Amino acid sequence: MSYLELLRLTAPEIIIVLTALVVLAADLLVLREDPLRNRLQIGAAFAGLGCVIAAGWLLAVAGPGGELSALSAGGMFADDSLTRLMKVALLGLTFATILISTEGTFTDHVGEYLALILLATVGMMLMVSATDLLMIFIALELTSLSLYVLTAFNKRDPKSSEAALKYFLFGGMAAAFTLFGLSFVYGLAGSTNLNDIAAHLINKGGAVDPLLLAAMALTVVGLGFKIAAAPFYMWAPDAYQGAPTPSAALIASGSKVAGFFLLARVMIVGFAGAPGSGSWHQYSTGWLPLVAILAGLSVVTGNLAAIAQTNVKRLLAYSAVAHAGYALLGILANDSRGIGALVYYVITYGVTAVGAFGIVSVVEEQTGNARLVDFAGFGRREPVLAFCLMIFMLSLAGIPPLAGFFGKFYLFTAIAGGAVNLGWLWLIILAIAMSAVSFYYYLGVLKQVYVVAAPDSAPGPRSAMTTRVVIVVLALLVVAFGCAPDLLLGPLSEAIHGVRF
Amino acid sequence: MLAWTVYISFLGVLALLCLPAGMARAARVIALVIALAGMVVGIAGTVCSGMNGVWFPIAEKPWVKSLGIEYFLGADGISLVLVLLTGIAAVTGILFSWNVEHRAKEFFAFYLALIGGVYGVFLSFDLFLLFVFYELAIIPKYFLIAIWGSTNREYGAMKLALYSFIGSAMVLAGIVAAYVVAGGATTNLFELAKYPFPEPFQFWAFPLVFVGFAILAGLWPFHTWAPTGHVAAPMAASMLLAGVVMKLGAYGALRVAMTLFPAGLAAWRNEIALLAAIGIVYGAMVALVQKDFKFVIGYSSVSHMGFVLLGLATINGIGLSGAVLQMFSHGIIAGLLFAVVGRMVYDRTHTRDLDVLETMGLGRTLPFAAGVFAVAGFASMGLPGFSGFPAEMQVLIGSWYAFPTYGVMAGLGIVIGVAYTLRAMQKAFFSDSVETPAEAAHPLPPISLPEKIGAILLIVVTVTIGLYPKLLLDLIIPSFYSPLFDGLRQRGAF
Amino acid sequence: MNNFPALTVLTALPLAGAVLLAAIPDGRKSLARNLALAFSLVGLVGAVLLWAKFDPADTNIQFQEFHAWIRNPGGGDLGVDYFLGIDGLGLLMILLTAIVTPLSLLASRNIDTKVPLYHSLVLFLQTGLFGTFTALNFFHWFLFWELSLVPAFFLIKFWGGPGRSAAATKFFVYTMVGSVTMLLSFLAIYWATKTFDFIALAEKGRSGELASLLNVRVEGWPDLSRRAFPLVIFAGAFLGFAVKVPLMPFHTWLPATYAEAPTGTTMLLTGLMSKMGVYGFLRILAPLFPDQMRIMLVPLLWLAVITIIFSACAAFAQNDLKRVLAYSSINHLGYCLLGIFACLKLTGDDPVWNREKIAALNGVLLQMFSHGLTAPLLFCFVGFLEQRGGGLRGINQFGGLRKVAPVFCGLMGISIFASLGLPGLSGFVGEFLIFKGSFPQATWATALAVIGLLVTAIFLLTIIQKVFNGPLNEKWAAMPDLTWYERGIVLPATALMFLIGIYPQLIIGKINVTAMQLAEHLRF
Repeated sequence: MSYLELLRLTAPEIIIVLTALVVLAADLLVLREDPLRNRLQIGAAFAGLGCVIAAGWLLAVAGPGGELSALSAGGMFADDSLTRLMKVALLGLTFATILISTEGTFTDHVGEYLALILLATVGMMLMVSATDLLMIFIALELTSLSLYVLTAFNKRDPKSSEAALKYFLFGGMAAAFTLFGLSFVYGLAGSTNLNDIAAHLINKGGAVDPLLLAAMALTVVGLGFKIAAAPFYMWAPDAYQGAPTPSAALIASGSKVAGFFLLARVMIVGFAGAPGSGSWHQYSTGWLPLVAILAGLSVVTGNLAAIAQTNVKRLLAYSAVAHAGYALLGILANDSRGIGALVYYVITYGVTAVGAFGIVSVVEEQTGNARLVDFAGFGRREPVLAFCLMIFMLSLAGIPPLAGFFGKFYLFTAIAGGAVNLGWLWLIILAIAMSAVSFYYYLGVLKQVYVVAAPDSAPGPRSAMTTRVVIVVLALLVVAFGCAPDLLLGPLSEAIHGVRF
Repeated sequence: MLAWTVYISFLGVLALLCLPAGMARAARVIALVIALAGMVVGIAGTVCSGMNGVWFPIAEKPWVKSLGIEYFLGADGISLVLVLLTGIAAVTGILFSWNVEHRAKEFFAFYLALIGGVYGVFLSFDLFLLFVFYELAIIPKYFLIAIWGSTNREYGAMKLALYSFIGSAMVLAGIVAAYVVAGGATTNLFELAKYPFPEPFQFWAFPLVFVGFAILAGLWPFHTWAPTGHVAAPMAASMLLAGVVMKLGAYGALRVAMTLFPAGLAAWRNEIALLAAIGIVYGAMVALVQKDFKFVIGYSSVSHMGFVLLGLATINGIGLSGAVLQMFSHGIIAGLLFAVVGRMVYDRTHTRDLDVLETMGLGRTLPFAAGVFAVAGFASMGLPGFSGFPAEMQVLIGSWYAFPTYGVMAGLGIVIGVAYTLRAMQKAFFSDSVETPAEAAHPLPPISLPEKIGAILLIVVTVTIGLYPKLLLDLIIPSFYSPLFDGLRQRGAF
Repeated sequence: MNNFPALTVLTALPLAGAVLLAAIPDGRKSLARNLALAFSLVGLVGAVLLWAKFDPADTNIQFQEFHAWIRNPGGGDLGVDYFLGIDGLGLLMILLTAIVTPLSLLASRNIDTKVPLYHSLVLFLQTGLFGTFTALNFFHWFLFWELSLVPAFFLIKFWGGPGRSAAATKFFVYTMVGSVTMLLSFLAIYWATKTFDFIALAEKGRSGELASLLNVRVEGWPDLSRRAFPLVIFAGAFLGFAVKVPLMPFHTWLPATYAEAPTGTTMLLTGLMSKMGVYGFLRILAPLFPDQMRIMLVPLLWLAVITIIFSACAAFAQNDLKRVLAYSSINHLGYCLLGIFACLKLTGDDPVWNREKIAALNGVLLQMFSHGLTAPLLFCFVGFLEQRGGGLRGINQFGGLRKVAPVFCGLMGISIFASLGLPGLSGFVGEFLIFKGSFPQATWATALAVIGLLVTAIFLLTIIQKVFNGPLNEKWAAMPDLTWYERGIVLPATALMFLIGIYPQLIIGKINVTAMQLAEHLRF
């Protein structure tokens, strides 16, 4: 493995790191005196450019003739069509987030902010490529630490600091759990490479080692925190509400995408030897029942808690918990169809989340807050944006022909399994039932937007074009992915087929 | 060609959304033109198909290859009958909504979106596509009621939306299960109908899907959304709700549940028939004691849909054809009834309380409305000469085959139907105790031309089908002999 | 088979008149009255023409018209045809309808509000009646049977007396209950036989095929014995007709309805609509269910006897003249039913018995016609009284009218005697034949029915005594006698009553064959 090879493999990450440095430098050195808006726009332009270059590299540099340079760098880092697809998605989400953040007036430290976003993105990209326990941990920490700071960025609002502190403490605990678990895994398997671990565990066969069970549990705890699954989601409502909106958008979209992919890789590849089963009549110990419990709890808690919310950002947080539950179904399927469903679902969820937060930022701009009552009459003030909000909410609720519906359908069919054993049916029914519950609160948001009359006070300043364009584009993407799922599924299926997953 | 009914409706939605706000007149005209176009296309498509009820494809394109989902549209006699109903209901609904001023363009946009979705359901023969259109129709319903409705509208809208969504969630579960059990290769209805689902599977999958759809059809005891929803809804939405949307549920039950799981149907038919019969009688009895005029009609809808469900449960040719004919007939009659109650009476008197209306002497001040309601009332009773009679007649004949007791209960329901219709008619229009003649208080606006046209159109349709049901029966009955219903025919007494 | 669709035209004529009248504005009262009268007179002419052309010797259904309606052997076949035709029974009823309707219209001069609508509804009713009496396929027949309820309902509701709403509703709902049970029964029959055609069904009933088709184990009623099912079906159909005639105890809708309805409408109700019920017994119930009727013979006879006696006693107890006449109407129709039921007794091929049956049936038909004439006329008279009396019609509120209005009393007296069954008037022949024919077959029942005759005589004579004779009630000293117009209404009908009373052959000549056919049918 030569350095050149390494450089080529990690080129996207390097590009992003360089972009981060450039943005930081530009802002600190050159743009100090300029008005906030200009700094944001120039910084965002650079950052965006970097993302585009990195994505372009990923798309253009395909493996030679289908043969993939899979595990490389000593088995730490995977670069195949699937990870490339994930990275492109991540970069797209980051790009959208950056564009949305051009609105923000919550901070003066533009350069740092954008640099942190980009560094978080690097961390996420590493997360999807990592195939080694240590790499996993590094990537996790890079992402998390960046996100903690991003959460705290609004120094004028005490809620922001409180949220960041909670996030940090929680996250620290979770990191400790993860490390603990990973160390047990290392102890059991004797290697830090996921494939080696899998081989070792498969050889053992027979009953599951209690130590392995403990290791799996701890790992699940740690990773579950990242994806905000119940019961490890307590940080999410505060983080989503307190953080400045672009940060929240990134947490909700990018870190979810990366987190799920990582969880899938660790569980399906790493613990392939000890899946167990959570089916109705065939319980056996393994990681499947663990994840199933997580999924069930998330779906129930997230949906039920969201009903009572009066702040849209918190509502989105609890809905994120619920959607984590649905996405976990893809992992439970434990086959390539499940992975496809999972990736489709989280990517489209990410798109929807960024769009939703974009709209939240517009409302905050106009009324100063993002409670449900602040959305009243939004349909009259901003018909186009309100329509986009309707698309996002309905996609989250799972109404066809939007992406959210197709994602859920795909997940359900993936997990439903073969004709003989419909063992996961209890979970599917739970998920569907809770989905019906979720309809209530999404519709509640739309009710505020369209049905309730607007308050008399004059609306605040109009948001800039950039945000609007981004929101509309994201909405169109949601519709497109819903009406023509093959747009995403096509490349996805191809990517998965080529991968030993 | 028939697919254009769907496309035209959605194009209409786009056109309306692009209109600047405040142009109510333009919105109305555009909506009417679109609805008329849809109706004309529907009629033309039906006539061109040869009027023999045989299934024919309209569009077939692969959609999501990896899951075997296709964009598959087609039509058989049953679809055509319901497409015709939708067309007529759409046009008359717009005619009766001619006076909508508040946020008119959004009203008609949601209206046309609902119509488009409904057309789509009736023409889809891919399970996934059918479900897409079916769910799609829930959202416009919610907004139509929540924004433009009357009594308790937000509650009524949410209740209706949630019930519908729960129903479709159940259906989704069933569809996913069926798709997966059949190998996960295709969602084509014909293919899945051929697949021999194991009987224990059908035993629970059938009630799941059937009840899921039947919730929307007003199956007792899941019908409670209907009265509240109908009362809360603005008049045009009530017409559509009772007239067309309830038929979506029944159609789904027939097209999906009964086609895919005939063994399940055979196992559960007695229970379904029982619930249907209870619904007929219960709906009628509750309608008898209502104080609110619209509630009377709402509960009468539940009662009439009971006939549809009873007919479906009989699993014989004549009962099934009666069920489909009743779907059409009730759609027209319910539209007429809601038009009178909502548009002609409520919009003018601003009250639906029968005791208050009793004092108003509407028979004198609104003779046209009184006459139309009399005709609609007699049609609703199932008097011969109107479309309800051949439909109910067939359902009753069919139930002699299978469930004589429920047939007799249905007869009881008819008698109670006579009672509550007469009561409502008496109180609202022909009462003797006139204290404050409505004209003295303030003059009521006369019945406008669009209302008259709409009412006459509906009356002509119901009388024509009542006297010559062969027009529709020629479409309906052969449909049941298509390969789609093979499994059904094996289990029933055809 | 005549190629000219005479029956369709006859039925369509009043329908066209009704539609035309509905378009006339409210103010043109005399136009409406005259137009309606014209239509009904044209109908009368048509009916008389039919009467003349009817071949009394032909045993087939005459003036048949047949078109397939809802038929499609490949599917969509409901066994419904457009099948019209009349035999003697139908002919008689058509003639009766055609006679009574103009009388009713003429007697409706006092209707002052919404005159065109009133006349339109009367003509609608006439359409329904013509349709019912000529239809030979259940769907078609039921259509007219039900549709005739609607104009009757509105006639009572809009122009009736103080209790009109309740009366109209009661009338409608009661009749509908009967109709629904009848519908259910007929649908069951269709299920068993796949046909709605009355002629075909009558054949099946006669040959026993219908019974055997219905003698089945019904899938949904496993506990019902095979013999019980046809009885259940029979009960359903029976109820429908029993409510219409009416037969006690299904009669409770009638007194209020007859009393509250405007005079013209009551004339139609008592003269024609009640005959629909008896027609149903003769055309439908007896031919289709001979066995069932035989099984239920004793209870049926009892019902008929109870009807005759109790209604007469009830009439005697009434104070309101209209109610007296209402119960009297029930009483007279009870004789018709007695005649029909008596003929059911199984007697084999003996020609003597057969003669009795034919006599009884002839009597039934005659009585239908006669009562259809006298009862409306009586109500018409009471209507005149009510008009002069300012709405009063209590039996005790008048007295000694003979002195002030001799023509009125005289003519009404004739009608009363006709109703009583005085020889020389139309009522006698019918009642005589019924008693003659029934006595040998159902002796006890007929004997008891004589009591009814007695009580009828009592209350009818009471009317004469209290209203016509006795001291003059000073209130009515100035009561005007019948105007020429009113005499014009009454005299032709009275003349007809005399005519039939003296020369019943006029009618019997045409209907005898039908009576013979019916007797054949009931012979089994």
